[in-house]
Amino acid sequence: MSGSNEISRRDFIKVTTGIVGGLIGVAIGLPSISYLIDPALREGGKDAWLSIGKFEDMQIGTPYPFSFTRVQVNGWERTSSSFGGYAIRKSDAPTDILILNSRCTHLACTVNWHAESDAFLCPCHDARFSKDGKVLDGPPPRPLDVYDEFRLSEDGHIEIFFKAG
Amino acid sequence: MWKKVYEWLDERLGLNDMYTNLLDRPEPTGNWWNTLGSASMFLFVMQGLTGIFLTVYYTPSPDHAYDSVQYIMEGVAFGWLIRGIHHWGATLMVIVVFIHLLRVFVTASFKFPRELTWLIGIGLFLATLGMGFTGYLLPWNQKAYWATTVGTQIAGSVPFIGEFILKVLRGGPELSALTLQRFFSAHIWMLPAVLAGLMGIHLYLIIKHGESHFPTKED
Repeated sequence: MSGSNEISRRDFIKVTTGIVGGLIGVAIGLPSISYLIDPALREGGKDAWLSIGKFEDMQIGTPYPFSFTRVQVNGWERTSSSFGGYAIRKSDAPTDILILNSRCTHLACTVNWHAESDAFLCPCHDARFSKDGKVLDGPPPRPLDVYDEFRLSEDGHIEIFFKAG
Repeated sequence: MWKKVYEWLDERLGLNDMYTNLLDRPEPTGNWWNTLGSASMFLFVMQGLTGIFLTVYYTPSPDHAYDSVQYIMEGVAFGWLIRGIHHWGATLMVIVVFIHLLRVFVTASFKFPRELTWLIGIGLFLATLGMGFTGYLLPWNQKAYWATTVGTQIAGSVPFIGEFILKVLRGGPELSALTLQRFFSAHIWMLPAVLAGLMGIHLYLIIKHGESHFPTKED
């Protein structure tokens, strides 16, 4: 190479090897990073509006039971979880509904409406909740959870907004 | 600035010596057949890297192995690329290692003082075949399952100790979760460790003895 502009055979090989190697590295390295971080770029569980029943089927003052299942897909694994609750109409207005989650706030058992005692009873630790979800008796630390986002759909169903997670 | 950094490192690591001895060492007037060893090593590194990446999603359990491979192929970004390289690289590696072995045999490069290099090379070839055999089961599809059934049966046809070998390979008399798990372990830990260790000695011997000349007509 001494002083001449011509590139030696040896240097040509070195430079070419470097460039080709670099290209291969980039062509495989970038997809590899994408491959690694892919799950983090995905949206988590999907929030959705879910129908819980026809508005006309719900009678004023009587808790109306509903339930639904959500399936969460994580890679090759599917986990389905069941949810349920009671909708209690208070008046004719479709906005005047209390929608309770039937998951007991103590240890997540499912509470049931018991008409004779006019309360939601939890089978696990004898907790009792009033019709509007307040704790009457037992260990629960707080009232029943409430689905507070709901709407009346065009075909007459009450839909709640379900937030995943 | 970079020169100073390099000199500081060179004084302590001996980078220049390494370069001269490893990459700038004298070679016989060669031809492309002499590059097959390097090609094998490149493929080994490639298989290692893509294999490590595959373990991010692959699950070696009969319940999930097939589904996790499907997920790699269809669910993960560029999963098809990583697995594709690993899949085709495996086939290519067996071919390249075998041609490398043939080349050494045909040019009689295994003679003194390179007998050990040759023997270790045989070990490397067998370990490569072992990688192919164990890796083939991991997708846990029909082809993998029956290929391993047949393959282990062949090993089981050895006189006297055949049945014992078959049980050791399968982790019991039948192909089961144990088979999948031990093939996985062999594929990602044991055989790669053997390969890496033998490759270290193989490379040391090559650098120590240099490469052999191609035989001339007088030879």
